[in-house]
Formats: sequence, structure tokens, C-alpha cells
Amino acid sequence: MLALGSVLVSLFHLDTETLSHLLKHLLPTALGNTLLLVVGTAILSAVVGVTLAWLTAVCDFPLRRFFSWALLLPMAIPGYVMAFAFVGLFEFSGPVQTLLRGWFGSSSWFPNVYSFGGVTLVMSLVLYPYVYLIARNAFQTQGRRSIEAGQSLGLSPVKSFFRVSLPMARPWIVGGVLLVVMETLADFGTVATFNYDTLTTLIYKSWFSLFSLPAALQVASVLLLAVVIIMVIERRSRAAQRYSQSQHASLSSSRFVLSGKRRWAAVAFCALVFLFAFVMPSLRLLTWAMPNLAMDLNSHFFGFVWSTLSLATFAMLLIALLALLLAYGARINQSLPTKFAVRTSTLGYALPGTVLAIGLFAPISLVNHWLQDAGIPASWLQGTFLIMLMAYGVRFMAVAYSPIENNYLRITPSIDDAAHSLGLTGLQVLKRVHLPIVRRGILTAMVLVFVDVMKELPITLMTRPFGFNTLAVRVFELSSEGLWQRAALPALAIMLVGLIPVMLLIKKTDKND
Amino acid sequence: MKRVIPAMIRSLAVSLLAATVLVGCGKQSDDASSNSAEAVEPKAKPLIVYSSRAEHLIQPVFDLYTEQTGTEIQFITDKAGVLIERLKQEGESTPADVFITVDAGNLGYAAAEGLLLPLESTVLEVNVPEHLRDEQNRWTGLSLRARTIVYSTERVAPEELSSYEALGDEAFEGFLCLRTSKKVYNQSLVAMLIAEHGEEKTQQIVESWVNNLAVAPLSNDTKVMEAIVAGQCDVGIVNTYYYGRLKAKNPDLPLALFWPNQEAEEGAAKGVHVNISGAGVVKYSKRPAAAQALVEWMASDDAQAIFGGVNQEYPINPAIPVDPEVKSWGEFKASEQPLSQAFELQPAAVKLMDRAGYH
Repeated sequence: MLALGSVLVSLFHLDTETLSHLLKHLLPTALGNTLLLVVGTAILSAVVGVTLAWLTAVCDFPLRRFFSWALLLPMAIPGYVMAFAFVGLFEFSGPVQTLLRGWFGSSSWFPNVYSFGGVTLVMSLVLYPYVYLIARNAFQTQGRRSIEAGQSLGLSPVKSFFRVSLPMARPWIVGGVLLVVMETLADFGTVATFNYDTLTTLIYKSWFSLFSLPAALQVASVLLLAVVIIMVIERRSRAAQRYSQSQHASLSSSRFVLSGKRRWAAVAFCALVFLFAFVMPSLRLLTWAMPNLAMDLNSHFFGFVWSTLSLATFAMLLIALLALLLAYGARINQSLPTKFAVRTSTLGYALPGTVLAIGLFAPISLVNHWLQDAGIPASWLQGTFLIMLMAYGVRFMAVAYSPIENNYLRITPSIDDAAHSLGLTGLQVLKRVHLPIVRRGILTAMVLVFVDVMKELPITLMTRPFGFNTLAVRVFELSSEGLWQRAALPALAIMLVGLIPVMLLIKKTDKND
Repeated sequence: MKRVIPAMIRSLAVSLLAATVLVGCGKQSDDASSNSAEAVEPKAKPLIVYSSRAEHLIQPVFDLYTEQTGTEIQFITDKAGVLIERLKQEGESTPADVFITVDAGNLGYAAAEGLLLPLESTVLEVNVPEHLRDEQNRWTGLSLRARTIVYSTERVAPEELSSYEALGDEAFEGFLCLRTSKKVYNQSLVAMLIAEHGEEKTQQIVESWVNNLAVAPLSNDTKVMEAIVAGQCDVGIVNTYYYGRLKAKNPDLPLALFWPNQEAEEGAAKGVHVNISGAGVVKYSKRPAAAQALVEWMASDDAQAIFGGVNQEYPINPAIPVDPEVKSWGEFKASEQPLSQAFELQPAAVKLMDRAGYH
């Protein structure tokens, strides 16, 4: 909240000169571009994510088990890495068009990569797993009854999907899409690779090129406003509905066994997404990494892997616990201030990380000054993991909160009443009644936070202790100097490390399917 | 199933404990030094550097310094704008001693914000040409990055080329590739043109470039060269070391560098555009003398060979020999406009490019 506060404070000293330039020459295009990109990415990620989630959660077809975890992997690829690999392959001077020119003499009919279509596709390829993971959780916890209900009404799988599963999973899907929207709004690296100007481009331009941080923060507050509006609309629209599910049951006996053409269409669709979102960028990175393997695969490198892994693990545990407490608090105390606190604490995800990092730094410096006045050395706080973890908490609370909160919808108020009447205290209710039901939500939250922290760059760069490097920092340093061949190995490592929690999650949640 | 959560809480407790221990360690090491920080400069404590020059480009330089002097150096890397903001917010309590960037604009900005210490240094005055450092020595260049014209050896004869300005001529309509205007290299190039021609004429030049573009601006210098090789365009503007890297991978690269603006010519700026990677001493450094010693050492003979050499940049001191490979790209006259203008004119340059439709 403090970080957001310092962003909003900027509104009091307007840099009118810079702003009027932005307004006149850049803002209209940037606003239009941002809107298009957000809508395009939201729709594409939702369609891909929900379809895949439903297929792997309630249907049965060949390779289903493999796809159910493999389709999560693209989440571990930083957006700008995917963008670079994609552009490198499909632009005019890339191998694909060169090959086509070799065959047909011309490739002028090939769609331009540097376009709205290109950037939306890439953005969706890295972001659909957020929707996939959360929607899958919804379909799994809907339980057997909802599927049986559809089957007993004689609905085909597709009809059952549209008439039963989809409406019942709505808050989950909207929650996932909201994360996608916030990620898209906050992205800088991906759009920069495509030279596609959005609001974040303006923020960076004002700050780094026009040397006006105030103007940058003012553009950032427009972003925040947009997210607040989206959130309010979302809250309003779900307020009247209930999504509790009284009984948990294994899905395995009642999966839709797809047959014939449908069966192969499902496999083909999963394979297609997997190919574009994972195989293609991995191969590209692999061909870059190979020649440098001998040089870069040293103890230094494993140091990066270790620090990344431990950092992401700490952050995952801490943030998931905080989000759980937050969701629990919001449940037992539904007063307006609580709601407000919960909402603002999840806003940090929509700001470009750099802006949030700088917003965080003001309160950190303030505390440092106090400490110094009190005779405590300045670096007591700064440059410690505590600060890093706190900063990650501000940034990723939304990611952890959304899935946990949604699973809380599964618990009817009458369950709480029953528990209380049995003499359980508040914490006992949380432990013995809530936890078993929201468990999947917590696991989902943990995976999301783990992977996000691993990819995170601006906050890590800014708050890390001296000499502390993560894989993402390594990728950034090498790629910002244009050394993609050497940036490929740490990028691959991020994906491999990201595999660990994804595998664990799927193993845990699918155990009794 | 239920065991997951208690396990999670347990491991969290352990991790918090670990974090506390880490904090504790940091505390101890700081206690030792901060008390004495203001009285005498303690020799044992490492110098702290904030750098927007990437780790792999400065680590070798620092390693050599530690080897020669025994002074340890700790550093963090980040974007220059972020580091400047951090210095501002930390104020007097900053741990930083030295600030390094990869352009003059950000050094000028840091100096203008009162974050850098004016130095009295004969070493810098002897080693670094006047136009490549600040008037008050609040910052100095340490290596030169030249931005020049690259062309296809298959489709362009060097005689067709003359100056940056001439890339806007009709002859190049549909044959020019440029990197996006968001990169500071292009911003300082246009700032230099403004210093030479004024805003009105410069805007015409930039508009003529935009008019000649074969494709929308590309996201980096390497892509510009790849586009020329692939035949999408014939000429472009790039930093020389990117050319060096492509050339190292492919010795038969059908590209060559051209040094523009070498002849005194009507309507053309003088000399090849150069920017610097450079450094300054942080105003609130607790050990300004040691910090100055490091900056001076980086401008001296020993360090110069590797500071720029690791990235095929040019040494700041004209007396230092250039790496033979780099030298093979040809010798050139560089622009002698004072680089302090990079900061003063950069916002104007950015806005001008926005107006001219160069994105």
C-alpha cells in the first residue's frame, strides 16, 4: 500500500510540460494499443486456457496426463524471452521466411511479425497458463456431481461444458483472466521487442528518456485506475452468486471419454499449443545455448540456480501464507476497511515492476533514515532478503490471493456456523475446516508465486544484496547487451527449475483422480 | 492431504529463521564499519559501485583492480534511471561510492540532480579529452562507443555514402533500416544533430530518415544488420561493437562499416557520433578519496585496455592503442561536441523524434 501511495503522491506535482507532449503525440496511440492488446490477450488466453483446462480436467484422451503438466510449462518462460525467440524465428531475416523465400522466391505474403497479431499471440502463449491453472482447479473441484448432472440430462460433453461447467467456473476463470490482464498491462519487455507502444512504453520513456519520473508515475496512475475499474466491475457482477460445492468426489470414474474425431482433435489442440508455447522457444534457446555450454555451465552458474530456487521457495511459502490469512480475514470480517485493504494489497500486480520497485524504495529509505537516527546502521534492512521478500509480497499478492479466495467460495457460511457450534475456535476452523477445502487453491497459489518470483526482474535487481544474482538477472544482463546466445542457458534453467513445482502440483492434485 | 499445510508453515518458520540469520550477519559486518565511517576512511571495507554497465563487462576490470591494490569492490547492476532514483532516495545514507553508466545522458542527469561529486584530478585531465568529461569533473568517460553507418557490400558502394544527414536523400528511399528511437544511442545521435543544426533543420533530417525507412524501426542493432543481410534494406546506423560480434560469428559477413561526416561539408555535422561509458564519484560516498582513486585508475593505461576491450569499444584516451580487430574496421575522426550536451538536449531529441514519427 505504501508503494501505491508513493505512486499516487506523484499526482500532486504534475510535470505538465512532459505530459502535454505525451498527450499530444503519444498517448492516443498508446492507449489504443494497450486496449487492443489487453482485450486480445485476455480473449485468446481465456479461450486457450479454459479449453485446455476443461479437456485435461474432465475428459479422457491419449496423453492427457502428460499434457496436464506440460501445458503449464510456458508459464516459466519470461515474456520477452518468448518474444525474442518468436520474432527471431518468424521475422523477414529469420529462418522460416528465409526458407520460404528459398522455395517460393518471395515471402512478402507472410504476415508481418511486428504487429498487433504477433504481440498478442506471444503474450497469450506465455499468459494462458494462468487461466489454465486456475480454471483447471475449478473444474476439478466442481466434482463428479456437476458432470453427472450434465450426463443425466443427456448433454453431450460440449453442451455440458457450456451449460454446466463453464457457468460454475466463472469466478475462477474471471480471476485468471484478471491476472492475465494485469500482467499484460504491466509488461514492458515483450512489447518492447515488438516495438509496440503501450502505456508502459510511455512510463519508461518519460522516466528514462525524458528524465521525468513524475510524468512516468502519472501515467502509471492511469494504469492503476484502469485496474481498479475492472476490479469493481468484476466484484459487482459476481456479488449475487454462490458457488459452494458440498461434496468432493473423484473425477476419474466420470470423465468424458472422448472418442473418434473428438479424441484426436483434443490431442491435436493440446499438441499445437504445446508446440508453439514450449517446444519452439525451447529449441530456439537450446540451439543458442549449446555452443556456450562448456564455458558457462560452471559453479558460478549453479550458484545462480541455487539462489533462484531458494529465493522463490521462501517467497512462495511466505506469500501463500499471507494470502491465506488475508482471505481468512476477509471472510470473518466483511467490513468495508477490510475489503479495501484486501483490494489494494492485490493492486501491485498491475504496475510495471520497475515503477512498483521505485515506489517501494521510498518507504524503505524512510525506515532506513529512522534507523540511522536511532543509531542503527543503514544496511540493517536494506539489501537483505527480508526486504526482497516484502517487496515480492506487494507485487505478487494478487497472484496468490485469487485462487485461494475462489476456493473459499466453496465453503458455505453454514459450514462455519456448524463448526462454531461444535465449539471450534477461529483458528481451529481455519485449520480443520477451511484448509482441507482450499488446499488446491493454496497449491495453485504457491506454484504461481514460485514461477512469478523466478521470472521477476525489476524488484530483484533493485532490492537484492550485493553480489546476489538470480537466473532472471543473468538473462537480463546478457540479453540487454544483445548476447542472446549466452542468455539462453539461464533462460532454459528458469524453465527447468520451474518444472519442479509444476510437477509437484500436478502430482498432488491429480493423485486421487 | 492435510499434512501439506502444517509442513508449509513449518518450512516457512525455518525460512524466516534463515532470513533472520542472514539479516543478523549483515548487521554484524556493518556494525564494524559504520561507527568509524565518518572519522577515517576504513581501508578494509569494500568499495560499493552502482553500475548500469552489465556485470560481465565490469567484473574483469574490478578483478584486476582488486588484484593490483587489494581493495575489494562490491557492485549491483540495474538500469541507470533506477539507480539514479535510488541514489536520490537514499540521500546521505547511500552505501554507494561510484556510479557507472553506459551513456553520457544519465551521468549528466545524475550530476544535474546533485548526486555526483566534483573531482579535482590531474589524472583525468591528462587521460580524458575535455569534451568527453564534465566541466567540473563530476563524471568522466571511460570508453567510447562509436555509432556509424553500416551498409551491404553487395548492393551499396561506399562512394554513395557521405553523412548521417544524407541517409535522408531520395537515393535511399525504401533502403534504410533504423533501430527504435527509444534507445539512448539514437537519442544522443539526434541530440548531436540538434547541437549542430538546431531543432527545425534536425526535424527535417529525422523526417527524411523516417520517409526512407524500408521497414518499421527494429528493436536492436543486430536486427538492423540482419535485415540488411537478408535484403530487407541496404543501409543502417549501428554501434560498432555489434558489428564486431556478427563479424566474429561470420567472417564472410556481407556488411561493412562506413565512417560518415569525415569531410567538412555544408549542412553536415563534423565527425562520427560517439557516446561514452563512464563514471562519477557519488556525492555522499563515505570514502570519496578511495572512490576517486578507482575512477582514475579506470581511466589509466592498465584498465583502459580491458574496460572497453572486453566489448570491442574504443579507449577513452587517444594515446592508448586500439585493439587490432577493432582497428581493422578503419580509423575515423570522431565528433568533438561536448558530451555534456547529451543530457541537456536528450529530452528535446526524444520529443523531436516523436513529432517526426520516428518510434
